[in-house]
Amino acid sequence: MPDLLLELFSEEIPARMQAKAADDLRRMVTDKLVAEGLVYEGAKAFATPRRLALTVHGIPVRQPDLKEERRGPRVGGAEPAIQGFLKATGLSSIDEAKIQSDKKGDFYIALIEKPGRPAIEVLADILPVIIRTFPWPKSMRWGERSAKSGSLSWVRPLHAITATFGLETEEPDVVKFSIDGIETGQTTYGHRFMAPAEISVRRFADYDAKLLAAKVVLDPERRKDAILTDARQLAFAQGFELVEDQNLLDEVAGLVEWPVVLMGSFDEDFLSIPDEVIRATIRNNQKCFVVRNPKTGKLASKFILTANIEATDGGKAIIAGNERVIRARLSDAKFFYETDLKTKLEERLPKFDHIVFHEKLGTQGERIRRIERLAAEIAPLVGADVEKARRAARLAKADLLTEVVGEFPELQGLMGKYYALAKGEDATVAAACEDHYKPQGPADRVPTDPVSVSVALADKIDTLVGFWAIDEKPTGSKDPFALRRAALGVIRLITENALRLSILKAAWSAMSGLPSKVVTVDAAKLPTDLLAFFADRLKVQLREQGARHDLVDAVFALGGQDDLLMVVRRVEALGKFLDSDDGKNLLAGTKRASNILSIEEKKDKRTFDGTPDAALYRLDEEKALAKAIDQAKSEAGAAVAKENFAAAMSAMAKLRPPVDAFFDKVRVNDDDPKVRENRLKLLNEIRAATRAVADFSKIQD
Amino acid sequence: MDALPAHMRPERSFQGLILTLQRYWADYGCVILQPYDMEVGAGTFHPATTLRALGPKRWNAAYVQPSRRPKDGRYGENPNRLQHYYQFQVILKPSPPDIQELYLKSLAAIGVDAAVHDIRFVEDDWESPTLGAWGLGWECWCDGMEVSQFTYFQQVAGVECAPVSGELTYGLERLAMYVQGVDRVYDLNFNGREGAQKVTYGDVFLQAEQEYSRHNFEYADTTMLFEQFRMAEEACKKYLAAGWREGGNQREHLMALPAYDQCIKASHAFNLLDARGVISVTERQSYILRVRELAKACGEAWVHTEAGRAV
Repeated sequence: MPDLLLELFSEEIPARMQAKAADDLRRMVTDKLVAEGLVYEGAKAFATPRRLALTVHGIPVRQPDLKEERRGPRVGGAEPAIQGFLKATGLSSIDEAKIQSDKKGDFYIALIEKPGRPAIEVLADILPVIIRTFPWPKSMRWGERSAKSGSLSWVRPLHAITATFGLETEEPDVVKFSIDGIETGQTTYGHRFMAPAEISVRRFADYDAKLLAAKVVLDPERRKDAILTDARQLAFAQGFELVEDQNLLDEVAGLVEWPVVLMGSFDEDFLSIPDEVIRATIRNNQKCFVVRNPKTGKLASKFILTANIEATDGGKAIIAGNERVIRARLSDAKFFYETDLKTKLEERLPKFDHIVFHEKLGTQGERIRRIERLAAEIAPLVGADVEKARRAARLAKADLLTEVVGEFPELQGLMGKYYALAKGEDATVAAACEDHYKPQGPADRVPTDPVSVSVALADKIDTLVGFWAIDEKPTGSKDPFALRRAALGVIRLITENALRLSILKAAWSAMSGLPSKVVTVDAAKLPTDLLAFFADRLKVQLREQGARHDLVDAVFALGGQDDLLMVVRRVEALGKFLDSDDGKNLLAGTKRASNILSIEEKKDKRTFDGTPDAALYRLDEEKALAKAIDQAKSEAGAAVAKENFAAAMSAMAKLRPPVDAFFDKVRVNDDDPKVRENRLKLLNEIRAATRAVADFSKIQD
Repeated sequence: MDALPAHMRPERSFQGLILTLQRYWADYGCVILQPYDMEVGAGTFHPATTLRALGPKRWNAAYVQPSRRPKDGRYGENPNRLQHYYQFQVILKPSPPDIQELYLKSLAAIGVDAAVHDIRFVEDDWESPTLGAWGLGWECWCDGMEVSQFTYFQQVAGVECAPVSGELTYGLERLAMYVQGVDRVYDLNFNGREGAQKVTYGDVFLQAEQEYSRHNFEYADTTMLFEQFRMAEEACKKYLAAGWREGGNQREHLMALPAYDQCIKASHAFNLLDARGVISVTERQSYILRVRELAKACGEAWVHTEAGRAV
């Protein structure tokens, strides 16, 4: 079966858009082929800075023929209905229709045969539509034709379209169409500088090979492999190790068609700048890699660049040029760094009073003072020195006003640590400048030093309470202030450091720091509302770790559960208990009791609260259950008081035999209404007893 | 080009570089204009770009534009940051199909050989909030250094470009530093002579950088500048209102250019105020918006003038 080769040759496509564009092209063409009944064998798409290419192999030569029966009006029906039917089906006279009889009578049936079209014609129809509606993140018009409306939009000017279709063994045909004056053909071009001449191509295999001969590596994965291998090799040859960087590699591979990896140097003096600043400078501004000394882990005064040409001088001029730019950039960075060092972090603070954090939540200065107060309150609860926590909170944001962070925002926190250490701040205070932002995501490190922990918690809780107060909660996919991440951060800080902290108390305290006019929601409800948000985040997190989220509901349903560590411990113990036979059976018994109760409650339109009357017990099983419930309640209660949830579960487990025996031997709906009522009260007691650990009714089977 | 005396060669002198570019684009058919006689932040502000980019008429022009960025001043102490520098601006409407090749040939003309230098087109979308303009294009890199901006204008002064113009902006000092192999802008050879006759960029501009940095950051009279901004804004609106004529079956504007001058003045006053740090973050946005409103109104007027309209 024949293959399709499609190439869209343009001016330089932004590196960040190439991978998705190749994927979109493959998806759009193959989806459309399948929709047209052309089921293909395989497809692959590629991108370079100047072209998107697609090969689809094993496309049938023609679409399958379609046969369709269409039911028409009743025989002898009204004339307009018959005319309409003829028009819709393309029959020339009603004699061409069959007549079919069923229970309702005789009806005309048209047999419509739609012969399949040649695949090349189908392609000539669908490809222009795909090109015109291609989902570039940003597209543009250009040239003479842009004077008229409806001209083609593409990511950058499109120059040529190669589209061929045919069998491997034969000369393929061009899929003929034209868009905005660009006629499809078989002509493409090689490397912009090294092989700019026209190339005539037939099918994918010779296209790929001819491009390679014309200094274009079509496959981005091959370009990445080549860059990575050469870069590692160059570093290794000099006794260094490449600092690998996947995002940079992806980007660099999108900037070249013919990668040539070269190594340059910079002055050793620049190594006095922190490694991260050197790396950010060289990476962000120059898109070059850095290398390190494998023994010390420190950066070496070398960088690795990826050029797009094999220069006739072996790359000397390219290296020299890049070295000059990097020297200038590092001079700037060094100047910024040294300038920053001249000012104490503390001296920067007054400026924050003029910087708006959020129009409704006031200035950064106000926010820093809130975090400082809250961190000092949290400090004793997490074992941190109050004064150090206060100091760390005061300084933690100050590096936002430094030159280096202004230039490289991704270095926030880290620079604060360096500057704090340089001015002789306490090591834990300096560490908190960096670590209070953590954890930033599910994979990020969770700080453990109590000073960092208290500032990290204060920062996140202030953010959450602040945005809750002005009713800017996340909705659906919208979470512009990353509040979900902040809540998850709090959860991880608490659970991974085994901290005891009341979320409700912390929320009240954070809210008391906000000016009252700021709070636009019902202040009384805010802490519990926020707690519900934490419950949701905890559920998501536990589910991702493979735990049952219904157990979280079962624990939160007890009410007042705002100690996240205890919630997690309860959920863990409950999970283990429910994995045991005792647990499963007790859950079944409890559910059975609940079911009977809810039926009878409905019937009698009342509840069966209250203590059962011992005098009304008729059977031994009733007495045994009543005794067991009392015992389980007091044992489980004592265990919960000691936060020993496993022991509470064991105490609960003892309920299982009497519950089973009760259901085995006792008829709840006794003829004597008093006995019946008493037995229902006893069932209610089972439900009440299990609430010592969780609300079993929320647990799914 | 071989007939050029040594001191005129683009790799020997700053002025040689400028003259070579002018010559190259003149050969292509551009009108070679002189700098606009007002303070602007970039070559794009020249009406030969901002206004001429609008409307259907063909327009190819090139010129040097001194550009003032008050905030970028460094008292002459930074090797490559200046509050006053030169841009070489080329505007081609409609953008020709071979515009990239034309650009690469211009680099060859000033001595950048694509067989030894790594020239790259790296994504850089351009937007000017004050001009209500945006376009897509690249920054052009030569061995890792940004030497030009390349933009296909999609919208200018709030008006869709039809047809689209191609804009090339060469950072002349950087390019000269590159071809002369100099690390400090003030060390550039300006006139291509040696010994006693040599004039450097520093000889011409160092004192100006020091004086203007002082002025821009410390002494620029903010009361006057606020007043100038207000007056320019008012004058712009007044000229725009006065310029409209209803003639026959079409509306016409007779004073788009003088009105646009006032828009440029307002923009420069704003840049100076911004450098003086007297405009807060929120106010900043509203000033930018006010200039953009002027620019848009000027664009609207321009497309109703002889040079800006269809027929």
